[in-house]
Parts: sequence; structure tokens; C-alpha cells
Amino acid sequence: MKIIVAIKQVPERDAPVRIAAGNKSINEVDLNWAMNEPDAYALEEALQLKEKNGGEVIVLSAGPERVGSTIREALAKGADRAIHVIADDLGSRDALGVAKLLAEAIKPENPDLVLTGLQSEDLGLGQTGVIIAELLGLPHSTLILQVEKTEAGINVKRELEEGWFQHIELPLPAVLTIQSGGNKLRYATLMGIKRAKMKEVRAVAAADLGPAAAPVLTLEQISLPSKQKSTQILPGSAKEAAAALVEKLKFEARVL
Amino acid sequence: MSVLLVLEDSCGKIRRVSWEAAAAAQKLAGGAGVTAVVIGAQTEALAAEAAGRGFAAVVRIEHPLLAQYIADGYVAALQQLIQKESPTYFVFPHTYQVRDYAPALATRMGQALIGDVTSIGDGPTFTRQLMQGRLNGSFKPAGSGPCFVSVQAGAFRADLAASGASAPVSTFAPALDAAQIRTKPSEPFRGSAQTVDLGSAQLIVSVGRGIREAENLPLIENLAAVLGAEIAASRPICDNGWLPMERQVGSSGQSVAPKLYLAVGISGAIQHLVGMKASQCIVAINKDPDAPIFEVADYGIVGDLFEVVPALTEAVKAAK
Repeated sequence: MKIIVAIKQVPERDAPVRIAAGNKSINEVDLNWAMNEPDAYALEEALQLKEKNGGEVIVLSAGPERVGSTIREALAKGADRAIHVIADDLGSRDALGVAKLLAEAIKPENPDLVLTGLQSEDLGLGQTGVIIAELLGLPHSTLILQVEKTEAGINVKRELEEGWFQHIELPLPAVLTIQSGGNKLRYATLMGIKRAKMKEVRAVAAADLGPAAAPVLTLEQISLPSKQKSTQILPGSAKEAAAALVEKLKFEARVL
Repeated sequence: MSVLLVLEDSCGKIRRVSWEAAAAAQKLAGGAGVTAVVIGAQTEALAAEAAGRGFAAVVRIEHPLLAQYIADGYVAALQQLIQKESPTYFVFPHTYQVRDYAPALATRMGQALIGDVTSIGDGPTFTRQLMQGRLNGSFKPAGSGPCFVSVQAGAFRADLAASGASAPVSTFAPALDAAQIRTKPSEPFRGSAQTVDLGSAQLIVSVGRGIREAENLPLIENLAAVLGAEIAASRPICDNGWLPMERQVGSSGQSVAPKLYLAVGISGAIQHLVGMKASQCIVAINKDPDAPIFEVADYGIVGDLFEVVPALTEAVKAAK
């Protein structure tokens, strides 16, 4: 099976988030970057499918040069090669615009399966995989926890709401978005990190994948959320704050 | 100006999130009225349920191939309705099912879904969360086609959806062919038998990524024990296998509304908040003062949980 995994580089989870001048983006100056965790689960699923059924795992990521470190991480975990769509303007593209770039990069590879995480930890759009499927004219399914190769294609386990699940049969080629928790994530080994340096990373300029279409959505502004409740922050040492909290819960909120 | 709204059903009843989306759609429509859409192989009862809820009209999209939810069938059927009605706005409740097909539908119409909307402002502008709830982004459609919007659960009040006289009901029969439906779902099934009913717990201590390692969980267990509370967790803790999935609170787990919800080391992504924000009293313990959990908390302690939780356990003991 030839599998492409679309991976996004996002700010590290605890990274300080500050709104940049102009209120349309976040300040990237002091940010550290990491692999979007749901995409790490997609990569894990791809690697396990390859281990069971043979084939090739290709990592695909779009973004500026810094994305290279996340691509290397995926290669170190076991992906065979990578495609880096060099694009400095992802922030000004909407979900459709970014998915178009990725779909164009996928097309000439003719993969059997395209996997990606169910959503990104920064924008959280949760749409990229589904849009890619539609652009490529492929069947898709979302929130997938397990994938099994069958005679006719694949059988997947999809998460529904409130503790329900469902098995779905899909023909190949297909696109899946992977839910976290279906597998245990692997770490890159020292040998893997060493090998990754030798693996092919093909750079493709965004401009070579077609002209950027005018966005269908515009971001008006980014702002800090307003509080829904007035939170009483209890100051002092851990001991003082804990004692104050117990007082409040007993005599003010009356829940203890 | 016209607004179409998809009402999602479950077990033959319209789901509550659909009425929340109805409130958003009605806000968007102003006085213009909303056309509600129900989808399936037999939609008479659903349409009857919808007809008394203040809509301008109810459309039944009916076809034998729509008996079960499948993205291909829904996209094809809704595309045909959009071509007939040319709505200005097309509104959905933001459910797992909508996440599965609405982005494809929008793409087919050359648009992009504004997903997970939490509020609608003048313009209109649509606000959704970014960076796991640390920021809000407000968006506007730039294109000329229909604008697709899905509405976050809990963001609009279902009881604000208008009610009113019976709306006229019509049936729309899309042209669907079995060959268009490429995927084959089987019957939904429940995960492992539920042995914990967090929904009826009065006190819950819930733990998130801040706990760092499974070895640190006894800290939380001790606090829960002195409180007589149930233990719950955010998704990553269950993904890692540190606690069973049935203890997960949030959109993919259980929804809870205890007297006291004590969130320890949980940043408060929207997927978690929708499962617990109806709690009577929310306490957050987190080292990050900007964590979104503090937006819904009644009381907060900004600090290291490894110091605060043992201190709190002692304080609770002392107060007994």
C-alpha cells in the first residue's frame, strides 16, 4: 500500500500565544514548533499498516522552511520519504486554499490511501482531510481509530458521539482522518534519527502547484476570549490557596 | 436573503444541538425566517417535530438511499437542494456527522465551511476558537456563493429558538444513484460496557495533561478519595491508556454536570468544556494563568499542581 500522511507543524502546546500587530496573526518570534498530535496518530497508523501489509509511507507537509524539522521527525519515526510544499503564505490561505495545495501535491503520487489527523491543534478547523478527499474525488471517512486492509479495500472503525462506534467499508483509494488514541505513538530511535538524514525530502514550490485562488473566507481579527464567568483566583502559597479554596467551597459555593 | 438549516436527528428524534443551531440560524435570518431541513428515508415524524418550532418552512429530503447516514448520499442530496434554493446561509449543528460531510459539501460549492462557530456578530461576522480556546478568530465570507456555518454545541441556547405556528412542510426527492454511494457503514455499536456513570456523580476530580505521567495519578486519587469524588479525565489521559476511556469527559466522552468539578492540569480545549461547563461549581488548578479553563471556572488556583493538589488534599482532610 502506498500511503501519504499529511502532517502539520503547529506551535508547541504550552507555547506562549501572543497576538501580533494588526490582530490577524499570532506572534511567531518566540514560538517552538511541534508535530500536530492528531497527525502523529495518522503517521502511526500509516507505519503500522506498512508493517502489516508492506508498501511505502510518504510524509507531506506544507509551510516555510521550519517545517523541515517536523518532516525529519516523521522520517525518523519510519516514513520512507517526504514532500515539502514550500509556502510562506499559509496564513493568508483559507482551509480550501491549503487543501488545494496538498491535493495538488498528492495527485501525481497516486496513493492508495491518504491519512491525516482529524484536526490541527492551532486552527482546529478539522476539515483539511475531507476537503482533500472531495478535491481528489475520493471517498473518505473521519474520526477513524483503526484501519484494516481487506480484499476489496479497507475496513475502518469510526468513532461516533457518546461512546458509540461504527465499522465502515471503503474502496481504495480513499482518504481518512485519524482520531487520537487508536494506537500508541512510537518514539524515534537513534538509528531512525540517523537514517532520516539520508531519506529523500522533495521540495515543491507552492507556486508550481497552481496559482493561489482568492480566499472564500477572510479573517477579520484575532482577539482574546472574553470571560464567561468572573473567576476568583485564590492567591498565596499552595497551602494558603488550598485552605482558602476549601473555605470557599464550604461556605460560599456550599458544594462540600 | 435566505437561511437553510439542517436538523440532525438521532433515534427518530431531532437532537438538542439542532435546536441550538436553530437559534443561531434565526439570529442570522433576522425576520426573514429559516427553512429547516430534515434528511432520511422516512422523515414524516421528524418534519412534524420541526414544524412547530417557528420555522418559515420545513423541507423533507427523502430517498431510500438516505436511510443511513453516508457522506456521499448527504452531500449529493444537499447539493441538489442548494442548487434549487440558492440559500445565502447554510447552517448546521457542529456534530461528528456534520464534520464528516459539511466540508465536502462546501468544497463542492467552491466554498469553505466556517466550522464550530461560538457567536455571530454584526456584519455578520462568525467567531470561532483558535489555539485550543486561547484565542478567538472572527471570519467573514468573501465569496459570492452560499456561506456554510456550523454551530458549536452549547454556544446558543436551544430555548431561544423561536416556537410558533405550524410551518408548511414540503418534500424534496433528490436524484440519487446507488453507484454514487461509495462507502458501506455497518450498524453503530457501543464501546465496552459502561461501568462508571459520571453523569450522576455529585463531585468530580478531573485530570489532564498537566499530570505528566501515569505514575503521578495517585496524587489525584488521594484527593478524590478524601472528597468522596469520582475521577474523570480529559481525552489525552485516556488516549495514553492511563485511565479507561469511560472516564473521559468531553465531546467524545461523557457529559457531566456535578455540584463540583475540579479540573486539575486541564487547559480547557472546547472539546473538554462542552462536556463539563454545565457543572454547578467549577474549580481549575493550572500553572498557566491564560489557560482557557479559567474562562469557565468559578475558582482558580494558578500554580504547580504537584504542590497544590497535596496541599488541597490535606486542607480537605483538616476541614472534615
